[in-house]
Amino acid sequence: MRRIPTAPIKLIAIMLVAGFAVTGCASKKPLPNNPGELGLNNAAPGTSQDFTVNVGDRIFFDTDSSAIRADAQQTLARQAQWLNQYPNYSITIEGHADERGTREYNIALGARRAAATRDFLAARGVNQARIRTISYGKERPVATCDDISCWSQNRRAVTQLGGPGS
Amino acid sequence: MRKPTLRLIAFVTMAMTAFALGGQPARALVEIDINKGNIEPLPIAITDFISSDGIGAQISGVVAADLQSSGLFAPIGKGAFIEKVSNPDVAPRFEDWRVINAQALVIGRVIEEGDGRLRAEFRLWDTFAGEQMLGEQFFTNRDNWRRVAHIIADTIYQRLTGEKGYFDTRVVFVSESGPKDRRVKKLAIMDQDGANVRYLTRGDDIVLTPRFSPTRQEITYMDFAGGEPKVYLLQLETGQRELVGDFPGMTFSPRFSPDGQQVIMSLQQGGNANIYSMDLRTRRTTRLTNSNAIDTSPSFSPDGSRIVFESDRGGRQQLYVMGAGGGEPQRISFGNGSYSTPVWSPRGDLIAFTKQSGGQFSIGVMRPDGSGERILTTGFHNEGPTWAPNGRVLMFFREAAGSGGPQLFTIDLTGRNERAIRTPEFGSDPAWSPLLE
Repeated sequence: MRRIPTAPIKLIAIMLVAGFAVTGCASKKPLPNNPGELGLNNAAPGTSQDFTVNVGDRIFFDTDSSAIRADAQQTLARQAQWLNQYPNYSITIEGHADERGTREYNIALGARRAAATRDFLAARGVNQARIRTISYGKERPVATCDDISCWSQNRRAVTQLGGPGS
Repeated sequence: MRKPTLRLIAFVTMAMTAFALGGQPARALVEIDINKGNIEPLPIAITDFISSDGIGAQISGVVAADLQSSGLFAPIGKGAFIEKVSNPDVAPRFEDWRVINAQALVIGRVIEEGDGRLRAEFRLWDTFAGEQMLGEQFFTNRDNWRRVAHIIADTIYQRLTGEKGYFDTRVVFVSESGPKDRRVKKLAIMDQDGANVRYLTRGDDIVLTPRFSPTRQEITYMDFAGGEPKVYLLQLETGQRELVGDFPGMTFSPRFSPDGQQVIMSLQQGGNANIYSMDLRTRRTTRLTNSNAIDTSPSFSPDGSRIVFESDRGGRQQLYVMGAGGGEPQRISFGNGSYSTPVWSPRGDLIAFTKQSGGQFSIGVMRPDGSGERILTTGFHNEGPTWAPNGRVLMFFREAAGSGGPQLFTIDLTGRNERAIRTPEFGSDPAWSPLLE
């Protein structure tokens, strides 16, 4: 029905292949089981790179929903554990919506998703005083095609780390 | 109170005075019944206004473009003209105009006065009755020639349709550039026809949903400049920006009351958004809704007595109407789909909205009691209607699938005469000004 944009998908595939090729050369070790030792990066434990790559900085939502899905609960549980281990970090949770909604409502929907994410982390012991939220509505998509494959990536909450002690 | 407003709106010193140019307005034989379902555009001949340089033809060209854009007039190509008007003070040869089926004829002259100002005069003739319908002259600075043209077009529109015109107006909107994931958004203002675009912000921060004050040279809008996105006021003359209220959280979706003394907006509270008003004189804030839902996009009725807004309190976004002071809202939208961004018509008779249904986004109108829903346009993405001050035309933004960005469009109340408004960059979130005075 709709035009299927292929360019972004191709691009992602090429980047992944390239990434694996580089790490394949850099590391001859057998594949590790612990995600922290995946070797895709040199992320030292407790760094923001460690958080992004090994914990996962974002969760995704169903259409017009702010319910934390089962897959997102796992990610947020890891985030909470990590944040409790490194209590110097303050965080900003960015709530986002896809572009298949009207502007004002999506601003509120992004805020609702950020609030749901904050509440989940707080329930797992992360001090609310460390958490700030902001909504970008539909104004900052990460995937920019005009079909469902992109919209599902844009319905997200991203946990951004402030610097230690920030 | 209106006099200083005029000066501010114009941005340049101007004095514009209308004088009747001899003759009584004749009983009109030529008239357009704007309420008829299917209007045949009125054939009208608009001659190049006589002047010593090109300014006369420029002004009459804008008059013709305005009238044509309304869909109610069909300017006749100048190549068909038989009589060459050389003296606008003598009656034209009506038979020369009747034979090319020009039911109305506009002639004019633009003269540079001793003080450098322009004097623009025009006459509107009913060619079949052989009578003058209008004769007026205006004085202005040369810089304002487009405004003179819009005012002449409004005068002709009003004489022939019986409705006030909307050509001497401006539109504030969001000008968008750059890739979608790093889109730069600037507030911009332009004439209703897309001319004279001027940027009001530099694009450093995301800006959204600008709305005109009905009484002052001021807009209210949402800006991400601070740590938290908030509603601001922006003075158009000075560029001065001011935060609206001291709310504990994000504020968004602002709009003025009809008297310009209040701003209504949403305040985010956890996962919910409620509607608040703030009196701009006393700074007093009032909470108008209290629900576990997203209540947003409030818009006053033109008499200031009621507010329409959208809420997902029933599960999906629907339209509700409540009193201006709050109270129990009545749901008014019951069609198949979700409804959002309601805007009350300046005439009070209709509410325009965005409707999402079957994966499509439409612009539609319904009466304030929810009856008489009509969809004006449907497609991949249409959003955010705003009314021309005469309540006959809507502007909105559209993004076609794969187009890369949104564009501004107008459509009239009957769903006909859809037109793109060209802007230098992508355009969204238009808001139409009142008629300039």
